[in-house]
Amino acid sequence: MLIHFTLNAKPVAVDVAPHDLLADVVREKLGLTGTHVGCDTSQCGACVVHIDGRSVKSCSTLAVTLEGANVTTIEGLASPSGQLHPMQQAFHEQHGLQCGFCTPGMVMSAVDFATRNPNPTAAEAAAGIEGNFCRCTGYQNIVKSVIAGAAAMRAAK
Amino acid sequence: MNHPAEIEGAVANPTGIGASMRRKEDMRFLMGRGNYVADIKLPEMTYGAFVRSPHAHARIVSIDKSAALAMPGVIDVLTGEDMKADGVGSLPCAWPVVGKGGAPTKEPPHPAIAQGKVRYVGDAVAFVIAESLHQARNAAEAVAVEYDVLPAVVGVLDAIKPGAAAVFDDIPDNVCVDWELGDKHATEAAFKKAAHIARISLVNNRLVGNPMEPRAAIGAFDRARGQHTLYTTSQFPHIVKLLMGNFVLNIPQHKLRVVSPDVGGGFGVKQFHYAEEAVVTWAAKRLGRPVKWVCDRSEGFISDAHGRDHVTEAEMALDENGRFLALKVSTIANMGGYLSTFGPNIPTNLYGPLLAGVYTTPAIYCEVKAVFTNTVPVDAYRGAGRPEATFVLERLVDVAASEMGIAKDEIRRRNMIPPNAYPYQTPVLMEYDSGDPGGCLEKALAKADWKGFAKRKAASAAKGKLRGIGLCTYIEACGLAPSRIAIRLGVRGGLFESAAVRVHPTGQVTVLMGSHNHGQGHETTFAQIVSEKLSIPAENIEIVFGDTDKVQFGLGTYGSRSLAVGGSALVKATDKVIAKGKKIAAHMLEAADTDIEFADGVFSVAGTDRNKSFAEVALSAHFPVDYPLEILEPGLEEQAFYDPVNFTFPCGAHIAEVEIDPDTGVVELLSYVCVDDIGTVINPMIVDGQITGGVVQGVGQALYEDCVYDPESGQLLSGSFMDYCMPRADHVPPVSVETHITKCTHNPLGVKGCGELGTIGSPATVINAVVDALSHLGVSHIDMPASPHRVWRVINEAGGAARPAQ
Repeated sequence: MLIHFTLNAKPVAVDVAPHDLLADVVREKLGLTGTHVGCDTSQCGACVVHIDGRSVKSCSTLAVTLEGANVTTIEGLASPSGQLHPMQQAFHEQHGLQCGFCTPGMVMSAVDFATRNPNPTAAEAAAGIEGNFCRCTGYQNIVKSVIAGAAAMRAAK
Repeated sequence: MNHPAEIEGAVANPTGIGASMRRKEDMRFLMGRGNYVADIKLPEMTYGAFVRSPHAHARIVSIDKSAALAMPGVIDVLTGEDMKADGVGSLPCAWPVVGKGGAPTKEPPHPAIAQGKVRYVGDAVAFVIAESLHQARNAAEAVAVEYDVLPAVVGVLDAIKPGAAAVFDDIPDNVCVDWELGDKHATEAAFKKAAHIARISLVNNRLVGNPMEPRAAIGAFDRARGQHTLYTTSQFPHIVKLLMGNFVLNIPQHKLRVVSPDVGGGFGVKQFHYAEEAVVTWAAKRLGRPVKWVCDRSEGFISDAHGRDHVTEAEMALDENGRFLALKVSTIANMGGYLSTFGPNIPTNLYGPLLAGVYTTPAIYCEVKAVFTNTVPVDAYRGAGRPEATFVLERLVDVAASEMGIAKDEIRRRNMIPPNAYPYQTPVLMEYDSGDPGGCLEKALAKADWKGFAKRKAASAAKGKLRGIGLCTYIEACGLAPSRIAIRLGVRGGLFESAAVRVHPTGQVTVLMGSHNHGQGHETTFAQIVSEKLSIPAENIEIVFGDTDKVQFGLGTYGSRSLAVGGSALVKATDKVIAKGKKIAAHMLEAADTDIEFADGVFSVAGTDRNKSFAEVALSAHFPVDYPLEILEPGLEEQAFYDPVNFTFPCGAHIAEVEIDPDTGVVELLSYVCVDDIGTVINPMIVDGQITGGVVQGVGQALYEDCVYDPESGQLLSGSFMDYCMPRADHVPPVSVETHITKCTHNPLGVKGCGELGTIGSPATVINAVVDALSHLGVSHIDMPASPHRVWRVINEAGGAARPAQ
């Protein structure tokens, strides 16, 4: 069935099967491979995107539920001119990524978290990304990134 | 500026050695523009799904493909018999070892798709290819396999029992190799003189490496040129090319290209030649269309090689002053259902020699029985053998200290190799070139406020919590290489590394590396080395890796080798560029080569102000008008190979503190301090990230992770992230990373490596802390993971004594 939604600020219409998951639709049908799939039990968070501004695991979201929704993937986070979102910049500055596979989901979770908690403590930041696995960094620099990114988002407001 | 190792600390160049330069590779990952294998789409691509064995051990009676073949979109269903008919070979073991009495490692055939028998839950039985992934997966469900289920053998202790089921009919005792190291007689003699003997029995828990990117492979075949291409999530594409082309599929090396683009973490798990790589490459030629396979996580749990899985008895002999006289270790190590690429090497060569640790123990004897079981093959996982050795040694040192009433820092101090004893020959193969573990220890003790622990323990006790502190020293042999030693230890190939520095006519540089970047920050670190040496900014340097058609050769990334071996090759190649540049500049400046100096990116005639920039020389090399063509080739590209004379030996001391809730058994890790000697640091920020990440993986082993099989059926019980507990952000304390550097004496950068030390040091450190917290209950050991259930049980078995002594 044909569904219509907004993807990274552009309208899209895509033909999906009832069982198609959002992660697979953006990756396979819409060519946006920044959203990653790292597990099959909704545990890893590599697939997190925003639906209407809230972080959602796209591996467990049926695409047919998206009619009329506003979806942002990692590709839609930087400005159209290519300037990084403050959270992306914070991950770069704080060495919050190594292999980069968990990064898109981690950043998308962090942006949503920092929107809701603009001035988190380290413990709050760690709890805020509790749904995202990273196997490389040991999380320490990710927590620093989330705090720094939240501060930069505050400053940008 | 030509001797970067000498100027560490003086960071004049913001993209040179010693700078915490932000990573060049970050941008594509942050913007979702990475290019992982699962992201690749080729024209006419088909999709494959494996049918995998639900049984740990069974005879395949029949495979009925007909229902699957009749399903929509299905193109073919391939089995082990099809592979056999096409003459496909067995997956090779690349590092067998020689056992007691010269007995060779038993290397039973390892077909990429099972033939006749399945030997673990997850063993591939058939491969279904369809127009879409969905169709392939649906059809895989319809392949009807009839099994004759056989008794399975799962744990290593069961595998060696008389009458145990045999994984291979012609290996009735399941022993792959029975290996030994060290002087047995000298060790026995030292035990006879001992004033005290400390003993420990322990298990090193089986782990699943779980890089966040699941494995994937795409095979493609170009009929016009007869050329195969394999895209794979590999840490070493050149070795896959060699092993798969030469031993499995019989593809000449010049007709095979292997590409490993962005790879989402490896940790050793992606350094083997896997069955699926051979299957998609073979299938793509049969079909004449590309074939893509992407592992899902559940499939990864039962098809990625696992790590660790040792059962060990160890004894240490000490004199009356707590000096180590001898060490005796007996280990049974799991190989799983087949030999993986490096399987037998891990619990032997990478384990036994590290039992010496940083101590002067004069006599060591180690024997290791590597055994087959009906489980996933076991191979290297970050640290590979060295975490297991460190765990045995450092647990045993703590047990000895407690039993003899010697403080845990003091017993280590008494036995430590003194700084003036290097190079230090251990009784078990290794000659340590450099190190100051005592310096690391003292720094760590100060940093962790070791002396102030009693006060903190009392404060925890006042809250009803049991506090413990754990100390561990370690040494690792890494920088794998050296070929000459490794070949003597059984490896079937070289272990050198390659680098090529390609200078463009405009002076920008492309560097082709044989090592592989999958999170380690190579694109930054290697650029910093070139930036330092050539005084050009890192943004003008591109690091290329992971494509056998671009990079001539390389052995890849594992064993903390990329910088020590690959970085050294890069230094050599860059030196060759400078040497040729001097000849070109000499001609341009009408001077003798020997009078040309290169500094700060400028070739100059010594003692004059006459000079040519690096870019001018590069241009001259490509537009050779004013150029000595009679004696010098045009162009400016140099390749170098580097094969070191020895391993590198990072070492250090780690200290952790934990608090245990006696009511729930929950262990909270409060702090973690490491002081490590890793040789010269190129990028402190990246080093900090590597060490912290490694520590947390080791904390995972110590407190959370456990790969559990049902001991009867061989079913994997921890086969998903719902069941296998990996550390999350809120499990992790602040990790304090500090270095205490002595330089490696035998490579041009003085570097040692930092990728694995975290997983090597942290399991023993954390468990020593947990045991310390429980020591008032008479607990001398607890197996990993120290999960709430296990800790709670230990506390309750000790009766009502769990309350902290106030």
